[in-house]
Amino acid sequence: MQREKNNIFAGVDLWLVLIFAILVFLGWLNIYAASTSEIHYEILDFNARYGKQLIWIGLSIPIIIVVLFIDTRFYERFASIFYIVAILSLIGLFIFGKNINGARSWYALGSFTIQPTEFAKAFTALAIAKLLSDKVFTFKPLKNHIKAFFLILLPAFLITLQPDPGSALVYFAFFFVFYKEGLPLYYFVIGGLSILIFVLTLKLGMHGFMPIMIYITLGVLVIILIYLIFYKLNILKKLWLQLLIIFSIICGYIFSINYIFNNVFQQRHRDRFNILLGKTTDTQGIGYNTNQAIQTIASGRITGKGYLEGDRTQGKFVPEQDTDYIFSTVGEEWGFIGSLVVILLFITLMLRIIHVAERQKSTFSRVYGYSIAAIFFFHFLVNIGMVIGLLPTIGIPLPFFSYGGSSLWGFTLLLFIFIRLDANRSYEW
Amino acid sequence: MKKGNFLYISIIIVGIIFIGRLFYLQVLNNPYKISPLNNASIKRVYDYPERGYIYDRNGKLLVANQQSYDLMIIPREVKSMDTIEFCSLLNIDKNTFIKNFNKAKKYSTRLPSTFISHVSKNDYAYLQEKLHKYKGFYIQKRSIREYPLKTAANVVGYISEVNQNQIKENSYYQQGELIGFQGIEKTYETFLRGVKGVKRIQKDKFNKEIGSYKNGIYDTLAIPGRDLTLTLDAVLQQYGEQLMTNKRGGIVAIEPATGEILSLVTAPSYDPNLMVGRKRSKNSVKFFGDTINKPMFDRGLQAMYPPGSPFKILTGLIGLQENVIDVNTIFSCHMGYKYGRNRKMGCHAHASRVNLNFGIYTSCNAYFANTYRNIIEKFDSPSTGMNTWNKHVESFGLGNFLGYDLPIGRKGLIPDAEYYDKWYPAKNWTATYTLSNAIGQGEVLASPIQLTNMISAVANRGYYYTPHIVKEIKGETLDSKFTTPHQTTIDKEHFEPVIEGLLEVFENKKGTAYSSRVKGIEICGKTGTAENFAIINGERKQLTDHSIFVAFAPKDNPKIAITVFVENGYWGSRWAGPIATLMIEKYLNGDTSRKYLEDRMFNGSLKEEYDRQLNDPEYHAEGEK
Repeated sequence: MQREKNNIFAGVDLWLVLIFAILVFLGWLNIYAASTSEIHYEILDFNARYGKQLIWIGLSIPIIIVVLFIDTRFYERFASIFYIVAILSLIGLFIFGKNINGARSWYALGSFTIQPTEFAKAFTALAIAKLLSDKVFTFKPLKNHIKAFFLILLPAFLITLQPDPGSALVYFAFFFVFYKEGLPLYYFVIGGLSILIFVLTLKLGMHGFMPIMIYITLGVLVIILIYLIFYKLNILKKLWLQLLIIFSIICGYIFSINYIFNNVFQQRHRDRFNILLGKTTDTQGIGYNTNQAIQTIASGRITGKGYLEGDRTQGKFVPEQDTDYIFSTVGEEWGFIGSLVVILLFITLMLRIIHVAERQKSTFSRVYGYSIAAIFFFHFLVNIGMVIGLLPTIGIPLPFFSYGGSSLWGFTLLLFIFIRLDANRSYEW
Repeated sequence: MKKGNFLYISIIIVGIIFIGRLFYLQVLNNPYKISPLNNASIKRVYDYPERGYIYDRNGKLLVANQQSYDLMIIPREVKSMDTIEFCSLLNIDKNTFIKNFNKAKKYSTRLPSTFISHVSKNDYAYLQEKLHKYKGFYIQKRSIREYPLKTAANVVGYISEVNQNQIKENSYYQQGELIGFQGIEKTYETFLRGVKGVKRIQKDKFNKEIGSYKNGIYDTLAIPGRDLTLTLDAVLQQYGEQLMTNKRGGIVAIEPATGEILSLVTAPSYDPNLMVGRKRSKNSVKFFGDTINKPMFDRGLQAMYPPGSPFKILTGLIGLQENVIDVNTIFSCHMGYKYGRNRKMGCHAHASRVNLNFGIYTSCNAYFANTYRNIIEKFDSPSTGMNTWNKHVESFGLGNFLGYDLPIGRKGLIPDAEYYDKWYPAKNWTATYTLSNAIGQGEVLASPIQLTNMISAVANRGYYYTPHIVKEIKGETLDSKFTTPHQTTIDKEHFEPVIEGLLEVFENKKGTAYSSRVKGIEICGKTGTAENFAIINGERKQLTDHSIFVAFAPKDNPKIAITVFVENGYWGSRWAGPIATLMIEKYLNGDTSRKYLEDRMFNGSLKEEYDRQLNDPEYHAEGEK
């Protein structure tokens, strides 16, 4: 099963390519719907966003060809170089970057802007794959934990400084990979617990000067103590100090949450949390986007209003509807059935990536595939979760759907490097 | 492999959650769903019907509508302009202009908002000439209320823009629409306002109007508001308001045969025209903020006073009903009633042997104290006696809301056994503990309208109709609760001897209202002088007594029942008696033969008395009592 060197498409996973093509096509249709406002006869009107998006889509074809053309070993060998270039390009933003909407996230070449953040994901994924595929690498020594965390936290930190905290959050997707490759479970238990406690502390609020969560924590402690006293007294004797320290830390954490929430967070962050936790209702100010998006989706009903018939989309009721809120267009014009199709497409894409990753013989390809599945998942979760009002407003794009060249190319790069790695699987050494 | 499932499972779970959420949003019924008729592509244009007029019982116009002009603005259409001339046209300064402009811009740059509401007719005439120069401004006509007779502000109430709560409660209303806030305007809001018409206009995706939506099958026509006729007699109402000049208190007059409210005066009040249009917000702050005169407080409906001597009528009636006295029962009275060592309820000087008739017209405290005690002590326990008494009193409509068609009121207070059990946890109280109730002092509290209703039941010899203010709504029959009589628990034959006594109050030379008698009209009435207290620095301090009068006339086939309450008016026959009889005379004869008395009432003022209270550094009004 020698790969034919002169045919770059040989061995390519057609399922992935097909889903990619469908998503990009559907994405463009919705961008067209969301960005037409006045009469445009030309589909290739490059002043309109749908026209520009068509150019980005067109330009992604050479990118795909180049990616498929390059030899697999090149990605593995130069993963570190790619990573360093990505980091440098993120650092460079602070010097040469262009400030758009309050974030220094773009390089501008004339009227053309490019967002390195979108490409850094792919390069970080390569670096992680490289690190984890090292034959001597295991998650046993703590040193390796730190190495792995450093690789993802460095770009995340730089992106937070732009500031673009939403995109930085995406890097936490790599923890799925770490877990699969042997990172101990307690990181996730601690992580999950801290998020749960954070949300509950804010949701339940205060009783006088005392957060209500403190009472609940003490209640849990009492229950655990009772259980241990009656059934596992010897464990209690051994571990009482650890237990006490853990609970002191949790209580300290709960107390600090209020401080962080009130003093470190900015008002807009607080607003987002409060609206989502149902503590304030606001359909005019900060909650306007989400409320409009939900109403727009709800108005689509089962079958939708029909393509280009969505009056709320056409009336520009939802801000940022062609970028972060693109899914509301799907909901309105294609209804429940259309939304279902899009969600199923994404799920199919991610499950297919995992499936393909599992069949890789090389650790590098497998880890890389797993990383991008996690990245797609994270975007899918946060973006659609936000638009349908399940998660706070965090502005990250929906892969292949949201308007924007950098984002489209970033995801294309991410996916096609994997397709390239997979095409090579049969003769890996 | 097993660990790899983690992401796999997460993806599937999140997918299911998302699909479930979308199913809820798009398929199931949920609060986010909007009717297709509220679709963004359909513009709704409202046609507001004219609000109904309000007339008095004789067809005099009380409330009408007038045109008002609002200056509207669409900020994005405003071009550079001569603001100085514009400001001088509107009589506003530059700061107001900037403030209003920014406010409108903040609301929306595309949607019209009110720049200045209720431009006067004169300004409007000027403005109309020049307005074409100012792009983005236009005039919108609106109809606002007008009160030609300037009377009965407390009855008609006022209208105002709906607030957020009302919009939430009732989907009919939208921001900026008007709703009845008080009085008749509130109670009969749905009749008066009519129903606004809606036209739906389809717009295409470029926001151009392309005709009526689905050929107008969903459009509705406006239904005009309905005119109301009140039971109020505007002449009597105005007369009452004039008589109460510079006094605080209330007058409530009812036609006993129907329960129709003839006049409902509260003093001090205000000219309802001040609560209209541009003046309203300024004046409403002024009126609601006046905690001394409380012009927005309807003393006829909301004030609770100890009823004082008129309450003796009930004590007498209950005594007769419970058979503890008859018309010939004699009690003695030596300057009061002694009911224990060192305990005495005082009385004024009069002949000692007192029967019912004499007891009523001379207002003997001792006679009714005896009667009350006999009522309570007739039963095995004071509790049973107290509750029997309470049941009789409450059958006259006291101690609870009467159910009239005005939105405000108070329950008053008629104590029962349970009430005293709370006061005396040992439950060792007896008749003498509560003796003040006999003469309408003590715990008893009633509003003027309740007292009028009570005397109205007496005038009817045993029944009353729920008082009401609306006589007729065009095309509507009156609520049956206003045409069903309520029987009291007192038998008809017991009323005559009491009414004889009430007549003697005027006809007998020793009667307490002999000086107020009116030639040719047989008035039955009862003076009252109620002690009242205020809490001053934690101490109960007695203030000047309230002047009270209840009456009905004529004796046979009564046409009017009335209560007059004058706060701190010393005693019943000083203010309340003359005012009540003047009102009766005015209503029955159309004019008064006692011009000197009328003048005295018009010009009489208790302002000094009230100022004295106010200037007393220790005085803090208690609210009621």
